[in-house]
Amino acid sequence: MADAKLNVGEYSILGKKMPRVDAKAKVTGQAKYAADYEFPNMLWGQIKRSPYAHAKILNIDTSKAEKLPGVMAVTTGKDFNGFKWGWSGPTRDEEPFATTKVRYQYEGVAAVAAIDEATAEEACDLIEVDYEPLPGVFDPFEAMQEGASLVHEDRPGNICVEYHWNFGDVDKAFAESYLVREDTFQTPRMAKGYIEPPAVVAYWPEPDRLVFQGAKGSPYFPYRILARCFNLPLSNVRIIQPFIGSDFGGTKNDMVHCDFAAPMLAKKTGQPVKLVYTQFDELSTCLRRHPMWITIKTGVTKDGILKATYVKAIADGGAYTRMSPLTMFLVGTCMTLPYKLPNFKYDAYNYFTNNPSSAAMRGHGLYHSRFGADVQLDMIAEELGLDPVEIRLKNAIENPKPGEVYETVNEVHVATCGIKECIEKVAEAVNWKKVKGQKKVEGSKAYGMGFAAATYNSGTKLSAHNACAAIIRVCEDGSVNYLTGASDVGQGSDTITCAIAAEVLGIGLEDIDLKRVDTAFTPVDPGSYGSRVTVHAGEAAKKAAEDAKRQLLEVAAQQFGVKPEDVEIKNKQVFVKSNPEKNMPWQRLVRTACYETPGKVIIGRGYSTQGISMYGLADFSKGAGDIGTNYSFTAQASEVEVDVETGVVRCTDNSVIAHDCGFPLNPLAVETQCQGGAYHQGVAAALYEEFKMDKGQTLNPNLIDYKRPRACEAPMTRVEHVITNDPYGPFGAKEASEGSCCTAPPAVINAIYNATGVWIKELPAQPEKVFWALKNKREKGQKQG
Amino acid sequence: MKGEVRELKLTVNGKPYELKVKPNTLLVDILRKHLKLTGTKIGCLDSACGACTVNIDGKAVRSCSVLALQANNREVITIEGVADGDKLHPIQEAMVEHGAIECGFCTPGMVMSARALLAENPSPTREEVREAIQGNLCADEGYVKYIEAIEIAAEKMRGGQ
Repeated sequence: MADAKLNVGEYSILGKKMPRVDAKAKVTGQAKYAADYEFPNMLWGQIKRSPYAHAKILNIDTSKAEKLPGVMAVTTGKDFNGFKWGWSGPTRDEEPFATTKVRYQYEGVAAVAAIDEATAEEACDLIEVDYEPLPGVFDPFEAMQEGASLVHEDRPGNICVEYHWNFGDVDKAFAESYLVREDTFQTPRMAKGYIEPPAVVAYWPEPDRLVFQGAKGSPYFPYRILARCFNLPLSNVRIIQPFIGSDFGGTKNDMVHCDFAAPMLAKKTGQPVKLVYTQFDELSTCLRRHPMWITIKTGVTKDGILKATYVKAIADGGAYTRMSPLTMFLVGTCMTLPYKLPNFKYDAYNYFTNNPSSAAMRGHGLYHSRFGADVQLDMIAEELGLDPVEIRLKNAIENPKPGEVYETVNEVHVATCGIKECIEKVAEAVNWKKVKGQKKVEGSKAYGMGFAAATYNSGTKLSAHNACAAIIRVCEDGSVNYLTGASDVGQGSDTITCAIAAEVLGIGLEDIDLKRVDTAFTPVDPGSYGSRVTVHAGEAAKKAAEDAKRQLLEVAAQQFGVKPEDVEIKNKQVFVKSNPEKNMPWQRLVRTACYETPGKVIIGRGYSTQGISMYGLADFSKGAGDIGTNYSFTAQASEVEVDVETGVVRCTDNSVIAHDCGFPLNPLAVETQCQGGAYHQGVAAALYEEFKMDKGQTLNPNLIDYKRPRACEAPMTRVEHVITNDPYGPFGAKEASEGSCCTAPPAVINAIYNATGVWIKELPAQPEKVFWALKNKREKGQKQG
Repeated sequence: MKGEVRELKLTVNGKPYELKVKPNTLLVDILRKHLKLTGTKIGCLDSACGACTVNIDGKAVRSCSVLALQANNREVITIEGVADGDKLHPIQEAMVEHGAIECGFCTPGMVMSARALLAENPSPTREEVREAIQGNLCADEGYVKYIEAIEIAAEKMRGGQ
């Protein structure tokens, strides 16, 4: 793939392919993840879990465990003195360990610290818990029944989140529509799928100072939660961030039992305590993508122009609220993108159940509704005799002119939109004009092509509190420390923010040394979620570098006897713009600044300012407004091969994504992100992944029975860049790749229809489901025949 | 007898070791806990994710799926033993340059599977590359760049011979 075409000439580093700053540490095994840390006198912790999905806790007896030789401490929920936490102030409904009632299977009720793992495990077996099992509710349809068992006694009807939004007049628009369709779609209960299970080491260097090294992609969540939990000033909570083995939202954003157990047990014993989850712990207890039932009613004109959409979404929220209020907002908010939609109504219901909690996952929220909407669009196109590419282009929003903003009916604001170009590019890349209408069948294999388009909100900013900052420390030898509170969990943001700093300062990427999060030194940051890091931390990096540069240019101007605005730095040379002969090397400039009287210490500071400040805070209950700073756009074309005898579906290598991320700061990383996002969280949802449940018990909590996408089936997806240079992102950038998690499922399902003529509305399209759908279609055809 | 300690002799990354281990000890635990070679990762302990892949006598083996004693008198190479000092192995170099690495948790296992493949088959087809790393789960990168990086490395290694 060529480097990004526009702008690239202006920049020394940005827009060109760059290997990542942390790649060498990772490829040599030197990068340390949470489970790789050990400390002298370290103890091992283990969690005692409930076998019941819903039960009263009558008594917990830890005496036998405490007497086991090698056991150093035992903790239960009572040690936390009624502390509760949640995603936001009003939703604090979860205890570190259940004290009176367990609400999902394997919820933690106690924890042990011992001299080794085997002793800790044995001690957990010796903890005796008396339960009174309660009837449970295991899907939202059970939970909504009158008289259903309550997951939280103070939450009548098991309602976790409920929204009712109404924009325009959908009823009138349906009445005026040429065609109105209503379909119900279902998205599966999915694992986050990262390979690194949660792990943490915690210790107390002094009685009122906590150090926590855990696998957390948003380290300032535990920073705040642990400060409140242990009644510490924030200044005394030190979260040191190891490398993170991926995070797609949820579990590594906020807290799981080990994140409370390790600090409490370390406090009790005065020794470091380490807990490492097994993949069984992860897959049976940690956060999942919401399973959702989405009913979409859409009205269109005879020409296929969208007039109105009504969405009813019913979600299984699991045992605790977690991020469900945000999830349900996101399911609705971008229904009015990437197509023009003048009337929109949304009813959202999220129910508590006795399943493990649901939470954010890559493609958060939008993935559910965009899947349904973009499959339904193909159904509509077919009924009207329109081409899938044509109907998308007809409805796609235009790229606003520079200085103008497109406002949706629910007050979402888009300054740049490359969706038309994205759709055109993928259609061209698969030669759609030529191949459409051609049926390709080889033996038992039928082939089909599917299209989809989506947006994703980028630079999510839920409140003003979500700002972030950066610090540039220019060392006296010209090397630079970059301090950030932002977290790279694999998306490549460390490389991007360092590259932005280097670009602004006019030095090389290799001159910047990034300091990973240590809350004792780095500035506060909301974390890795909502595709926010490049947009916000990138802006902070730019401003911090500009601040440091300004200070250095003043020194240079003095040396050259010109004004600071007449001086520039490029390729580590400082020069007078009008007379480049007058120059000095970067290193000499820095030395001069630091050593000559009065002697400066160059520290640049910057913080993010973009986001909600432009239009005010989005109203979750009414659904109006932005939480994104800008919006990425994605189109995808995917070919599938369906074995019509067995129902096995495979994506072929004929797969293209065109992505408008504003400006690809590192085109290589954008490509990898899109390929990965489309496959792991998109195709996986479409074809492979689903937890099988039986009354709150996860039946496939391992990576053998829970099928994840592997290399043997991976489509060699190509990525095309569409450049729109968004005015609200640093150097024109918007988010990269969450949109591809939203385009892959509808593209694959549309392709299956194109190949076979069957619609799979319930994901995933596993072989059995496809087999029966094909069989039913054949039998129906025979009857009619 | 369960728990009876046995002698284990093996070489790891060219260094000979003589250890006393319990028979039920996994090779991955010897590597990570005793030898402190934490580049080998634990993802599942079910032999499903491949994060713990090492090379034993040149073959890719998941170190959670073998007992330490099964490596007796054998030569084990872990991710820490792949580069030549500061000089990256061509597989590592290609993965860095080609942008294959994201979170990096599956990377050591991926390198070890690729190393075993190219030692045995210097000119693999794309299907052979896919097959060689199909036991290595990745969560974020989509395999495309890994597959291409291994092909780039194979070509470079052939050219160097």
